[in-house]
Amino acid sequence: MEKFETSHTAEHGHEEKHSFDTKAIWRTFWILLVITCIELIVGMFIAPHFHSLKLMFNVLYIIFTLAKAFYIIAEFMHLRHEIKNMIMTVAIPALLFIWFITAFLWDGNSYKNLRNNYDPHHKEQSKVKAEAKPAHGEEHGAGESHGAEKPETVH
Amino acid sequence: MAQAVPANQKWWGGGRSPFNVEYGKLMMWYFLMSDAFTFGAFLIAYGTVRFSSNGWPDPNVVFSSFPFAGHAHLPLVFVSVMTFILIMSSVTMVLAVGAGHSNDRKSVLKWLFWTIIGGIAFLGCQAWEWHHLHDQGAWWGMNPFHNFDGSEASTNFTNFFFTITGFHGFHVFSGVIINIIMFIMTYRGVFDRRGHYLMIEKAGLYWHFVDLVWVFVFTCFYLF
Repeated sequence: MEKFETSHTAEHGHEEKHSFDTKAIWRTFWILLVITCIELIVGMFIAPHFHSLKLMFNVLYIIFTLAKAFYIIAEFMHLRHEIKNMIMTVAIPALLFIWFITAFLWDGNSYKNLRNNYDPHHKEQSKVKAEAKPAHGEEHGAGESHGAEKPETVH
Repeated sequence: MAQAVPANQKWWGGGRSPFNVEYGKLMMWYFLMSDAFTFGAFLIAYGTVRFSSNGWPDPNVVFSSFPFAGHAHLPLVFVSVMTFILIMSSVTMVLAVGAGHSNDRKSVLKWLFWTIIGGIAFLGCQAWEWHHLHDQGAWWGMNPFHNFDGSEASTNFTNFFFTITGFHGFHVFSGVIINIIMFIMTYRGVFDRRGHYLMIEKAGLYWHFVDLVWVFVFTCFYLF
């Protein structure tokens, strides 16, 4: 610990130059803010009108999310300025997520398809419109906290 | 862009940290790695269940309320306020860390104060959102919302929503507590006596991680 401190202070002048300029912090802030605003504009005003393009919008969201994650980790958490070996001990295990996400989502999708194929009743049930059985909702909603059926009209 | 180091430096010769970071900070990084996998497991479970379902509720319908706005349909507006608060508090945290680098006690206190305020504001927003959803009849095991195509939804959506945002909110809460402890320690001059503000950096890492997780929670629940 003691030794580390001395070596830290020895390099301090050098380190301070590129690590903690407030300009870079605010630049990162503006990048994050702009990306979030674009996401929200797409999510609020554009995507609801193009339901068939949902997949494309989701890809867009993923790209934006990863960009934001990169800036938070690299600049705010300062990982970009650590030495390479240290970056790798964090970055390489994180690559496991690629496999996790692919494998599990694939599995979920496969389960859905198998179930729809071999359990026609389930497939039919999931197509029934909720409005088709209002009596059930009214019965229930009366006793419980105000009407669970139509969330838009309840405050 | 890794830090520039002399080529003949013996990093593994002993006597210093081969990663050029303090032990506690390195361990904070590895703790955050494990925490990332916990959150990852939650979110991947959510994704798996969503992929295995024939229908799912529309976030534009579920998250369309704003405090004091009555019945106005304002999809995603409130959550954008929450996101802005969290990004903002992340910036004030970096500024606190930066002030700690130059041993500027007053600035550290100022920026930590605003970070704590931001954290509390975020928690307040989340409390309002949960309360409002609960009023609408949403809770663990209760889902009043319909799927995109108008069919009846299972309770999977609310179960995952409350579990994951609750787990994240708990992280925000503990982050606020850690920051308050940092504030008191700074105020009492503990770090001045120690000669460095490395502890603020560790608290900062945790706080940015909370922000990082929110980026993913935000995308998974409110945008998809």
